[in-house]
Amino acid sequence: MPASAQIAERRQSRMIPVLRGEQGPVMVGLLPVAFLGLLFLLPVLRLFLLSVEGGTLAHFDKAITSDLYLTVFIETFRIAAIVTCCSLLMAYPVAYVLSTASPRWVLIGLVFLMLPFWTSILVRTYAWMILLGRNGVLNQALLGAGVIKQPVALIFNTTGVVIGMVHVLLPYMVFPIYSAMLRVNRDLLLAAEGLGASGWSVFRRIFLPLTMPGVIAGTALVFILSLGFYITPALLGGGKVIMIAVLIEQQVRQFLEWGFAAALSCLLLVIAVLFYVLLNRLGRRETIA
Amino acid sequence: MNDATPHVVTAARGPLLSLSSIVKRYDAVLAVAGIDLSVQDGEILTILGPSGSGKTTLLKMVAGFEQSDEGYIRLGERDITDATPASRGIGMVFQNYALFPHMPVAENVAFPLEMRRMGQAQIKDRVAKALALVGLAGYENRYPRQLSGGQQQRVALARAVVFEPPLLLLDEPFGALDRKLREQMQLEVKRLQRQLGITALFVTHDQEEALVLSDRIAVMNLGRIEQIGTPFEIYAQPVNRFVADFIGESNLYRGNVSAVAQGRMTAEIEGGLMVTAQTATLYPVGSTVGILVRPEAPRTLGDGETADNVASGSVTEVVYLGDAIKYVVALDGGHDMTVRWPYRPSTETLQIGTRLRLGWSADLVHVVGWD
Repeated sequence: MPASAQIAERRQSRMIPVLRGEQGPVMVGLLPVAFLGLLFLLPVLRLFLLSVEGGTLAHFDKAITSDLYLTVFIETFRIAAIVTCCSLLMAYPVAYVLSTASPRWVLIGLVFLMLPFWTSILVRTYAWMILLGRNGVLNQALLGAGVIKQPVALIFNTTGVVIGMVHVLLPYMVFPIYSAMLRVNRDLLLAAEGLGASGWSVFRRIFLPLTMPGVIAGTALVFILSLGFYITPALLGGGKVIMIAVLIEQQVRQFLEWGFAAALSCLLLVIAVLFYVLLNRLGRRETIA
Repeated sequence: MNDATPHVVTAARGPLLSLSSIVKRYDAVLAVAGIDLSVQDGEILTILGPSGSGKTTLLKMVAGFEQSDEGYIRLGERDITDATPASRGIGMVFQNYALFPHMPVAENVAFPLEMRRMGQAQIKDRVAKALALVGLAGYENRYPRQLSGGQQQRVALARAVVFEPPLLLLDEPFGALDRKLREQMQLEVKRLQRQLGITALFVTHDQEEALVLSDRIAVMNLGRIEQIGTPFEIYAQPVNRFVADFIGESNLYRGNVSAVAQGRMTAEIEGGLMVTAQTATLYPVGSTVGILVRPEAPRTLGDGETADNVASGSVTEVVYLGDAIKYVVALDGGHDMTVRWPYRPSTETLQIGTRLRLGWSADLVHVVGWD
């Protein structure tokens, strides 16, 4: 195509001399690759080597076969799944409202969504402790209103961990869904309506399938990030909710079991990658369909 | 669609759709300023107007996507002014087709039938018939993005007629197609409309398209209907300056009526040119009028030949149009006149600068009020 060739040529001529030609893109990629290789891949590799130190898979064996650690893995998955579901249930309506709101309300909504991003995770977690604690704001209010007679345990259990994590992760769910919703041609919804579809049918047959790629992307992000969450479960779980990251930290700090911690880390990494691949494939199928 | 015998339908079965005193405001802007319009059963009526004339708003109100502020809409015996789009049962083809990208062709076409809870066997049968009707049998499992623009258009058409709606709305459906395909699809829509005996309300800004497709045209401007009539009436007998200028290529001059006698009137165009017109509507002496001479009206006069109207000038522009040639002639009075003649290889093409005498008869001049 001569037209595209022209465009490519024009693009080339605008580039810095060193970056022109065949080697251009390679040169641009070199620096980040070096950065990641040195500071990320190398340590990960070292970690892996640590886990198989002495040429034995004993650490992995212990992680997989022991009921104790298996329970932690299952608990981690359970919490990650609950957090993902809660985030999804909250994010979908929020994204929908944002996608139909006027520009001013979009801005206001986005600021509120981004606020957690701009606040330290520690500050946020302690804020939740004040709100949800036994003598916290929420319990006081509920007691005062006579809704409950005894303070409800909202932290140092799964509930607290889930609330804290959803708060942190909600934007990761909202943004992919919001952007998928923005891409939906509103004429399609009108067309469906004109063809006889009820509001529910328009949603289920048209809007939901078309926003599914966003849902899958958000789900992947939130679920994978949930798996490795540390600070929030550590603080809001109060040592009673043990997620895999908390377990790893204990192994290193309390028991100096570097090898075992490394094996657990590797397993976590593998699981995260597996989930990513799985959801990615699902997402791609949704986009094609 | 069950009716297999193709029948040519003329606009004689009474109104299917009628709009009465429809008004629509957006904030302070009056988008539709009181429209009365009847669409006869079986006809193609085109709403033609420039962008911002309110034609799309009007169509959306018929579809039910917008609510009118005043007036009411009837479809057949039914008042649909406040009905939901889904309950109106009107077929619509959108500007960009609005095909559901995540559904294959067959599912797209089946959608309105599924919404009507039709049985699977019947749906399958109807979808096959509809796709055959638009020449897309065998494309059932393709996705919209795997189709060309023309094919997408056909799917949109099939989807809009598959549930046998009494009325089909088309919102600038040919805008995205190239010229040749556009002409082909226009004829196809017309054929389909006749074959199905469906009534169609069509919106476009393309006057050529309107002339090709329509039984009647409603010319819209600034939220009002300026004129409604057959393509011939709109083209040959525009009622005002806007319609005269908007439809077709026109030589429109401002003049003053200087004499009226025996069904003819003579007007003086600024610059001294006198034009005589023979029209049904006569304007009083002294009134300001628009003099309309279509480009195909004038012919060249040989020496000694004469006509009701004669003007001399020289060619300033030559445009070859394939089947026709267009000349811009600078008249001696200072006005330009565009003329267009069919092109034949035997005819000699005039060069720029050629002097010529143009003549045209009084009944080919149309007069409209200037205001």
